[in-house]
Amino acid sequence: MRNASAIDQIHMQIQWNRLLSVVEEQAQVLVRTAFSTSAREAGDISAGVFDVQGRMLAQAVTGTPGHVNAMAASVGSFLEVYPIEVMEVGDIYVTNDPWKGTGHLNDFTVVTPTFLDGKIVALFACTTHVVDVGGRGFGPDGRQVYEEGLCIPIMPMAKGGEFSEPVLAIMRANVRNPVEVEGDLYSLAACNDVGGERLVAMMREFSLQNLDELGGHIIDSSRAGMLAEVRALPFGTYKNAMRIDGYEKEVDLVCEMTISESGIDLDFTGTSPTSSYGINVPVTYTEAYATFGVRCIIGNRVPNNAGSLEPVRISAPVGCILNAPRPAAVTARHVIGQMLPDVVLGCLNQIIPDRVPAEGTSCLWNPVLLGGHGLSDEDYGDATPFAMNTFHSGGTGARPAKDGLNATAFPSGVRNTPIEINETIAPLIFWKKEYRADSGGAGTHRGGVGQVMEISHAEGAPFAINTMFDRIIHPPRGRNGGANGMTGRLYLTDGTELNGKGRQTIPSGQRITIEMPGGGGLGDPKTRNKASVVADVRNGMVSQEQARAVYGVKI
Amino acid sequence: MTTQQSSARLAVDVGGTFTDVALEVGGRQFTSKVLTTPDAPELGVLSGIEKAVAEAGIQPTEIGLLIHGTTLATNALIERKGAKTALITTEGLRDSVEMALENRFEQYDINIDRPDPLVPRYLRWSVTERLNVRGEALIPLDEASVHALLPLLDEHGIEAVAIGLIHSYANPDHERRVAEIIAAARPDLSITLSSEVCPEIREYERQSTASANAYVQPAMSRYLTQLDSDLRARGFTCPFLLMTSGGGLTTLGTAIRFPVRLVESGPAGGAILATEIARECGIDNVVSFDMGGTTAKICLIDNHAPQMTRTFEVARVYRNLKGSGLPVRIPAIEMVEIGAGGGSIAAVDGMNRITVGPHSAGAMPGPACYDQGGTQATVTDADVVLGRIDPVGFAGGSVNMAPEKAGTALDAAVGVPLGLTGPLAAFGVSEIVGENMANAARVHAIEWGKEISARAMIAFGGAAPLHAARLAEKLDIDTIIIPAGAGVGSAIGFLRAPISYEVVRSRYMNLAAFDADAVNALIDEMSAEAREIVVGGAGPDGLEEVRLAYMRYHGQGHEIVVALPVRPLTADDVSTLHEAFETEYRRLYGRSVPGQQPEILSWTLSVTAPKPAVIGGTAPAGGATPEATGTRQMFDPTTSDYVEATVYRRADIGLGVTIPGPAALAEDQTTTIVPGGFSASVNELGHLVLSRAS
Repeated sequence: MRNASAIDQIHMQIQWNRLLSVVEEQAQVLVRTAFSTSAREAGDISAGVFDVQGRMLAQAVTGTPGHVNAMAASVGSFLEVYPIEVMEVGDIYVTNDPWKGTGHLNDFTVVTPTFLDGKIVALFACTTHVVDVGGRGFGPDGRQVYEEGLCIPIMPMAKGGEFSEPVLAIMRANVRNPVEVEGDLYSLAACNDVGGERLVAMMREFSLQNLDELGGHIIDSSRAGMLAEVRALPFGTYKNAMRIDGYEKEVDLVCEMTISESGIDLDFTGTSPTSSYGINVPVTYTEAYATFGVRCIIGNRVPNNAGSLEPVRISAPVGCILNAPRPAAVTARHVIGQMLPDVVLGCLNQIIPDRVPAEGTSCLWNPVLLGGHGLSDEDYGDATPFAMNTFHSGGTGARPAKDGLNATAFPSGVRNTPIEINETIAPLIFWKKEYRADSGGAGTHRGGVGQVMEISHAEGAPFAINTMFDRIIHPPRGRNGGANGMTGRLYLTDGTELNGKGRQTIPSGQRITIEMPGGGGLGDPKTRNKASVVADVRNGMVSQEQARAVYGVKI
Repeated sequence: MTTQQSSARLAVDVGGTFTDVALEVGGRQFTSKVLTTPDAPELGVLSGIEKAVAEAGIQPTEIGLLIHGTTLATNALIERKGAKTALITTEGLRDSVEMALENRFEQYDINIDRPDPLVPRYLRWSVTERLNVRGEALIPLDEASVHALLPLLDEHGIEAVAIGLIHSYANPDHERRVAEIIAAARPDLSITLSSEVCPEIREYERQSTASANAYVQPAMSRYLTQLDSDLRARGFTCPFLLMTSGGGLTTLGTAIRFPVRLVESGPAGGAILATEIARECGIDNVVSFDMGGTTAKICLIDNHAPQMTRTFEVARVYRNLKGSGLPVRIPAIEMVEIGAGGGSIAAVDGMNRITVGPHSAGAMPGPACYDQGGTQATVTDADVVLGRIDPVGFAGGSVNMAPEKAGTALDAAVGVPLGLTGPLAAFGVSEIVGENMANAARVHAIEWGKEISARAMIAFGGAAPLHAARLAEKLDIDTIIIPAGAGVGSAIGFLRAPISYEVVRSRYMNLAAFDADAVNALIDEMSAEAREIVVGGAGPDGLEEVRLAYMRYHGQGHEIVVALPVRPLTADDVSTLHEAFETEYRRLYGRSVPGQQPEILSWTLSVTAPKPAVIGGTAPAGGATPEATGTRQMFDPTTSDYVEATVYRRADIGLGVTIPGPAALAEDQTTTIVPGGFSASVNELGHLVLSRAS
């Protein structure tokens, strides 16, 4: 290699790193200015920069693969409606169309063109989950997408830097929290603006007129990095299926993985058909989480962009629950979509068991809690109305050389919301939030334990919960001799059991208890290191009975 | 009290391996470096002070001020060598410190682990009580549930207790009562209240901060009390102040109560030094690189102000990544610290990769070449083999080296397992430690949205001048400044720090319901608290007060900082605050949000005494190239072979002289390595400047 090209390589590397820091800053602005708890506390957002062909060059490492990978595809949809040629300085485009964006109406995606010396050089895109979009509210009970709230097709939200008052007025008139939702739209616009400013400063510093060369380098080297990892795997076809609870009926998720010279193909033929409720998944969201299932193991050091995503290709037949066509209801698509990495990992377990974890809780256990007129069966009286979505998680599957993570989100990467913050937002008391003993699947390596939460209304009023939980009937399975994790459970003070999906009432004076699943174990529990069992018992993660009966360790 | 300016001032920095002393008297500077004495750090401090005082030829009573900073608290947290600590929480909520944020700080690695909590689950106990968000008792404190814990304290040999009850930031009464009951029954226990050490909302961060304070308190309290009494016994009558993480100085009493505020206080002194050097030299963007015996610290300083934070993380366990450490909410200078020092231990992992650190051989037994019984190979051993360190007179003569033991240890730890012969094992170790530091610096810059190259590097600490040039190459940095007294840089930084203290309070106020009287009362109370501490060290004259409000739009989750006028507020100030908030919001995020209501979450107030007068740098006389004191064989990374390097005394290099690499510039507490491709000169202020050929 000549010296000059070696130096070019180094400069390119620096510019790439800088681009990554630009999108990290873009994401930070979104988190710091956001109004919805899912963005500001949980980090349930995405942010990235795209070239003028709509190829993602860099994305911030944020909470949700579902947002990121789906947003990567969504910029192409924007360009189909508004090509680069018609975009002007000060334009800001928006949509929350589930099939054009990230899979449900609550997610707003905003795209902003960036100009350098009057010429468009890049697009910044970002996504956040707003607190409300009208309709039935954030829950799985819709029968068609029309019941699920307001849908804004791809359109300009601002021209010449001025926000469109008609768009905002329609939005305000259709949502329960107009102030917060409008604030979040401003927040989305602000983060793209900051990203654009930083990009322009960077391009001036490095004397770049466009991102063609840098973009080509990023995409080519990422694709090559990903393909190199894929080609190190044994070529062939591997099949796996996983049965989960679903809503009105169980759902089978079936995947055939083909590894070849050109990449990894995932085909979900054989998967159950759509549900009559809002747990259906638009295919962009399927692509997002299925791809993540591969990328968290294969090529996981290669940054996420159009190049590294390209060698993983997804197909799912139209009409199955993983490729639900309009007008299927989709609000709770995450409860199915977040299961996909476990299905994909089950294929990989057949060839690289030393790199793959057992099944985990996988879908988030975020109780959506609501209080107000008409929301619960009893009269709400003059208690303080509220709506909150607080993010929590069960245990993850045991890992090849270590235990699963206790009460930790996977595959989603969102953070929880602190109890003290929850109680400032809603008139609720969180009486309990502790680890759930014995819930982690036994194994040489134990599945992560889940947690127990106990919640009541602070003013003694009734309230409602929209549940979107799975793994209540079908547990996370252990692998290679490890035991299953414990299933989840929901019940009231009087012992009434609640369902895993749908709106239900917590009558006045009662508390709801939410017991979250534990992850599956890996390997035979009898071979677990005795000191680990003893430590688990001392810390109350495993009971003495389980230690004796399952691990064969008497304490 | 004698004023700071008129008498001798003494600074002591206790690191994990070395204790550094700097003494300024009559416009002259004296320094000393001795090995840290980990079991009783005061012994090293006293011997270092005696050395410097003897060299200056003054009496203890002539010292007007003693400033002390230390990384002891940090190291106790990193190495998990603190007190056996219990955490008392509200019933039903004892797992917050371990659940943390329930997230994975690295999305694409399934094998990450969060750091273990300082207090394991079996030592986290609950009492029956519950406050609501307004601080009202939903369940009054059941004192019997507190008494029930007393036998557990004995059974587990608990040395320190942290109390972190839910919503205690809004009402500390329950925490105080729990503390009273425990203190009455077990008067010797260290007790930390989360409502005192970190009166802020968010239970995980508050309990983590309280746990960290409790965890380091017994050792820090014993040490500081002992040192104070030893100093008095030796005739030192001057005030004794402690450097804090935020770069200010505080009193001994406050330091003993809140030792967590001393975390990273040594490195904070280094950041202050780098800031002042950048200002003197007129450089806007610098990166400070402070490498001692145990760790390396990297800090970004723009426009002569180090990056500040209130959400600080210690002991990161995963590639220095944000979220992989323990959160400590204290005012702090933001920097990244990694286990890469002279004493960091080198090994080979299961995949045949060389690893360096985070474990350190420390002061005892120290690197193999110290010949104190250590057999593990360290970075210092590699530096000896590579010819960077002259075994004679190392660390100001405080260590008598056996250089042959360096090679033996490196062969055993790295050379034999990997089949590397001769200096190649040492070279590998040195390259890996350099790469680790470069990566940490890059990640840190990215985390703060900054660029690392195109900065000047300011390098100090005993090991930094040995490694600065190679690190600069990796980071594409062209200019390195090695300040005068670089070997004891943090201690010199202490002498430049003003006495100051910051107080924080969470007190919610919507601007629409602004209560000027309540705010004035709160601020008066905070001001009195901060002034008492600062006046105790600096006297009442010339104090400056900064008042800040942390504001956001109602419904947001993160605040921006808005300066408050330093005067009593009135109802009319609502519009002043509203405007100031929106101006700052627009500056940060481009546009304000119409129709939204601003609110204030918390308040900080800091009181700062005037900065001490600093002795100006001296420009050494110009002249011809100085006489070399000798030559030695030094390993050259580019050719992978030894080359002959010329050795000079740093003090002999005058203005206008350029020394080309390869060369070694020796001074008492360190040696600056000038590799091929670099040249060295001295600027008007007496600082060494290394320039990389383009």
